[in-house]
Amino acid sequence: MIRIDSVTKRYPDGTVAVDNLSLEIPDRSITVFVGPSGCGKTTTLRMINRMIEPSEGTITIDGKDITQQPVNTLRRSMGYVIQNAGLFQHRTIIDNIATVPRLLGWDKTKARARARELMERVGLDGSLAKRYPYQLSGGQQQRVGVARALAADPPVLLMDEPFSAVDPVVRKGLQDELLRIQDELGKTIVFVTHDIDEAVKIGTMVAVMRTGGHLAQFAPPAELLSDPADAFVEDFLGADRGIRRLSFFSSAGLDLLTTPIVAADATAEQIAARTSKDVPYLLVTDVNGKPLGWSEPARLTAGAVDPARLLPYGRPFEHGKESLRAALDGAVLSPTGWAVAVGADGRVTGVVSQQTIGEAIRAAHAEGRSDEKVAG
Amino acid sequence: MNGLFDIPSDLQNTYWGLVGLHLRLALIPVVGGLVVALPIAQLCVLLRWLYPPVLWVTTILYAIPSLAFFVVLIDYTGQTDLTVMIPLGVYSLVVFVPAIVDGVRSVPQETLDAATAMGLGPVRRYFQVQLPIAAPAIIAGLRVATVSSISLVSVGMLIGNQGGLGNLLNDGMIYHQPRLVWLSVIGTAVLAILADALLVLVRVLVTPWMPRGNRRPRPVDEPEPMQIALEDAAR
Repeated sequence: MIRIDSVTKRYPDGTVAVDNLSLEIPDRSITVFVGPSGCGKTTTLRMINRMIEPSEGTITIDGKDITQQPVNTLRRSMGYVIQNAGLFQHRTIIDNIATVPRLLGWDKTKARARARELMERVGLDGSLAKRYPYQLSGGQQQRVGVARALAADPPVLLMDEPFSAVDPVVRKGLQDELLRIQDELGKTIVFVTHDIDEAVKIGTMVAVMRTGGHLAQFAPPAELLSDPADAFVEDFLGADRGIRRLSFFSSAGLDLLTTPIVAADATAEQIAARTSKDVPYLLVTDVNGKPLGWSEPARLTAGAVDPARLLPYGRPFEHGKESLRAALDGAVLSPTGWAVAVGADGRVTGVVSQQTIGEAIRAAHAEGRSDEKVAG
Repeated sequence: MNGLFDIPSDLQNTYWGLVGLHLRLALIPVVGGLVVALPIAQLCVLLRWLYPPVLWVTTILYAIPSLAFFVVLIDYTGQTDLTVMIPLGVYSLVVFVPAIVDGVRSVPQETLDAATAMGLGPVRRYFQVQLPIAAPAIIAGLRVATVSSISLVSVGMLIGNQGGLGNLLNDGMIYHQPRLVWLSVIGTAVLAILADALLVLVRVLVTPWMPRGNRRPRPVDEPEPMQIALEDAAR
């Protein structure tokens, strides 16, 4: 556990970057520092590996003051990932990754074998090993940065806005990859970002900081969204925090309707049997059970449905795996106001109305906060 | 006796001997200048306030005519190689110091931060990160200094037999032999071009990490090496 105890950083000109900060960073989890620029989040991160020394207070790791060991020994025991990767442009990818093992005295063969292993772990093709950084895309360079930080298997990983300089699509891929790697390795990760969505997505705990180096709130993301500590945090979270909070409620409890579903080749009798007063539409599926679209029963031609004349079904959600947010999104996207639930194989398992989702949301609120995070 | 490369016996050397002497007189000061410039430049990088006065001093030293330099030095070093090589080495500083400082400063901050964060101390950071990344800029400076030094050596003829191919130029004028003048002038130019080409090759070999066909563009205010050489030849 990394313990930050009454730490203040004051510069000679009087500027206070971090003001009397105390918090505990739990082991084997991702703690995110988030806040506007000038809030002291990067300063805090850099005090953990002593690139910046605190003016007051102490930082301990597992009870040991970080100033008790040589600074370079401390740094070699912490991976560091930085915006734009900060790769050594004059070294090949494999030698970049092998940097810390080589500093620790590993022989070249062993360090390179380890580097190859890590390239695979972060999803880099082995053929890139002998390339130079300029030959890689921004996203690939950032993967190299992560692999380099992990090379000597440090217990702690410090990440300073690592994904801020890549485009949103690549960023999402890198975030998912980080969560996957974290599932496998269980590092203690300290992550700095200015992007609250990124913080909520990847953080086990989120520390919201405000200008002047004050800690505004330290809480799990779901709690942050449901109970912002003050107006600053609420404002920083943005306008749709209610909707985003739904990400933390599972869709497993939704009652699905299975009656209003017909195959594209359904007979007139089947269509009639599936029609009821409660549901004004029928969902048409293809022969594999995948959704095609919605239609009013009267407009369906038995035995020969024309997919082009169906209403769109929005984005189906994976029942039980995705969140209420995904379910609500699906219902809002469909002009019928009904969401389509699918299994892992993409086959329709049922449909659910906006009204039913609304009831589930109210029920979830009533049950209190769910700290368990689900995908989507 | 009348071969193309035959030269007067008062030079006590063959043409190729003079070429070797010329290279020795030109290149040793460049290497010496580089060795002296590296720590000076590193100090200028570490202490920002030091850079302007250092540039000032190197520029003033560069402005001293070589003849004046010889006059001062001859009391101490006599009519030896050193009297020619010391000014050449001093002149090279005006090229090396800014080239190295700019090169080292061009290393991106995040690269330095990453190196620090990975536990590279200041010495490792300098030799393993800053110097290699500054290499293209240093070699660019080396090209200018080398070509300039090769063209400047000839003035050594002013203090006797210390000008390499410059002595041949002197003889050519004394004996009214245009062939000797051409041998000297063209020989010097060919040496400069070959040395420059060799350094370009060295840069290509030591920087496989630079994007091909998109090598560091020469800053607008930095003249071509050959142009400097021509200006120096007038000194």
